Amino acid sequence: MNERSHIISALVEHKPGVLQRVAGLFTRRGFNIDTITVGETEKKKLARMTIIAKGDDKVLEQITKQLNKLIDVIKVRDLEMENTVKRELCLIKVHTPLEKIRSEVIQYAGIFRGRIIDVSPETLTVEITGDPEKIDALIDLLRNFGIKEVARTGPTAMSRGIKTI
Amino acid sequence: MVTGIATANMDSAPILAIAGQVPTHLIGNDAFQEVDMIGITIPITKHSFQANDANEIPGMIKSGFEIARTGRPGPVVIDLPKDIQEQELDKYHSHQLDLPGYKPTLKGHPLQIKKAAESILNAKKPVILSGGGVIISNASSELKELSNLIKAPVTTTLLGKGSFPEDEPASMGMLGMHGRKVANITVDECDCLIAVGCRFSDRTTGNLEEFANNAQIIHIDVDPAEIGKNVDVHVPIVGDAKTVLQQLLSIIKKQSLPNNKKWFNEVYEFKKSCIPRTSFEEDIPLKPQQVIKEISHVVDADTILTTDVGQNQMWMAHFFKSQKPRKFISSGGLGTMGFGFPAAMGAKVALPESDVVAVCGDGGFLMVSQDLATVKEYDIPVVICVLDNRYLGMVAQWQKLFFDKRMSHTYLGEVPDFVKLAEAFGVRAERVEKPGDTQEALQNAIKSGEPTLLDIIIDPDEILPMVPPGCGLTEIIGEYKVEREHPREITYKNTVKKPVEGE
Ligand SMILES: Cc1ncc(C[n+]2csc(CCOP(=O)(O)OP(=O)(O)O)c2C)c(N)n1
Ligand SMILES: [Mg+2]
Repeated sequence: MNERSHIISALVEHKPGVLQRVAGLFTRRGFNIDTITVGETEKKKLARMTIIAKGDDKVLEQITKQLNKLIDVIKVRDLEMENTVKRELCLIKVHTPLEKIRSEVIQYAGIFRGRIIDVSPETLTVEITGDPEKIDALIDLLRNFGIKEVARTGPTAMSRGIKTI
Repeated sequence: MVTGIATANMDSAPILAIAGQVPTHLIGNDAFQEVDMIGITIPITKHSFQANDANEIPGMIKSGFEIARTGRPGPVVIDLPKDIQEQELDKYHSHQLDLPGYKPTLKGHPLQIKKAAESILNAKKPVILSGGGVIISNASSELKELSNLIKAPVTTTLLGKGSFPEDEPASMGMLGMHGRKVANITVDECDCLIAVGCRFSDRTTGNLEEFANNAQIIHIDVDPAEIGKNVDVHVPIVGDAKTVLQQLLSIIKKQSLPNNKKWFNEVYEFKKSCIPRTSFEEDIPLKPQQVIKEISHVVDADTILTTDVGQNQMWMAHFFKSQKPRKFISSGGLGTMGFGFPAAMGAKVALPESDVVAVCGDGGFLMVSQDLATVKEYDIPVVICVLDNRYLGMVAQWQKLFFDKRMSHTYLGEVPDFVKLAEAFGVRAERVEKPGDTQEALQNAIKSGEPTLLDIIIDPDEILPMVPPGCGLTEIIGEYKVEREHPREITYKNTVKKPVEGE
């Protein structure tokens, strides 16, 4: 067993049911999907799925091959961690009833290049994008103030340089 | 329908299944008789479509057939909501849909072909393992040519039966859990295994750690996902069996061929020493081997034989020699009981000129016995040989061998009387109990041109030679009865004489 995290990028037809077909291949082999993001691509009829999953290399190789077999899947690549840029977006709603806490939260958000996108008498909502680890770090910091809600998109990814899939 | 689709998916059978769906405006409402057909069949189809407009249907059907039949064949489902079924087309156009994600690889990579050719030419003890893919791609003559050139004995999977004529000296019969001794042992000894169009199922390989450990393995398959899935291979080649074999042959034929005659003769001598015994001329109840021998005497190479699932199937696979592709039809991957009789009907309807004989277990036949009405009403003259042992024999065998003889729910009881059952449907029927009678009854049945059921009473205690699950292919248990010895009394390890429910 050789367990590690994989980033799978799949170019698929933008059609109903594709997500179900793709996700089913993972669950059937006992593979847990950590995150999955889906969105349009440079081509109108195609969507890109970015899937992060941890598991045995050999099982993942089989899943990749099975993904390739799906008629709606055009291309699949298990991206190399080191040669991949990945970015995630996260919204964090922090409990900030006191002025002092507010300014601290705004400061921290600034350090992480986050933005305040919503304000209420009781809360601030921070938007941050970046590497998942950076987001983890900000969440950890803000936890001390009292986080009311977190929504993460899961990373989307691309190979560095000229390579495309 | 789901069981049939799953069966086709496992055995790479091209089928287009059309399912009825509730009207579009009711989908998702748990409407009367609504079932998420697409959702249920996703894991067991090659592809599926749901039409939202009747104008989509022609393209779906055209593409459905294309997908079902090409590459690695498989089932396609088209789900048709009721309102779409009733909608009129604006205009008929049968364009194939754009399928940018579907491009099966048919030609083998030249570099891999070269590597394979090298392995083959260096081998001293080559063996060919031929699977259902060889039949699907009509590659039998190429396979035979390869075997002849390099003097490689040939074994097959269950679905590969008929891909290589089993009366040839090079044929070792089927490999696997219920494979022939010569095949199982020779695969263990070979130094180069050329596997074509097979998927190394656990029933074929036995314990993977012990499978063909002395061999370089070359695996040719049209489905890249099959390569390296179960068995680590040295030379993987993705491509259509026929195309790849032609590519290989064209290289090999230009080289000086290895002299493997000695190997070939060794295997042939060994094969002759362990021809499984089928002659049991005096035993009553009948031995299934004897029944199969008599069936073999009646049918010819063009007769289509179908089997059900269980001992009946494995007896046929083990003892019956199939000579041509597409003449031995069995449910392999899913092992779907109730397959044999309907499969025979399908074969007969598709090829009315062929004789078609189904060999079924009593348990499996009972799952589909209502089709006696179908063969009668539509006049489909197939012969059904029910191997009547009053047991779910294969399960009983496992209970005897591996579960302390705890015979649980495998005895079928005294009923039904299969002859009366058939007659109730107006179907010709006959009971067979003595050696020699199968042959005569089958001859008469085929001659009659009517659908006929033969209720063949066989010995419930007869046990198949087998490799226990989890064991290597050479660990065959039970005595392997050999033709020339004709032993009278045979006792198997761990067997009971007359298994009784609750004993
Ligand atoms: C639909 C289905 N149900 C159950 C099984 C499990 N099973 C495999 S073989 C077998 C017994 C078959 O009995 P029978 O049809 O009488 O054939 P025999 O083994 O006696 O020749 C059973 C129950 C199966 N393969 N398919
Ligand atoms: Mg039975």
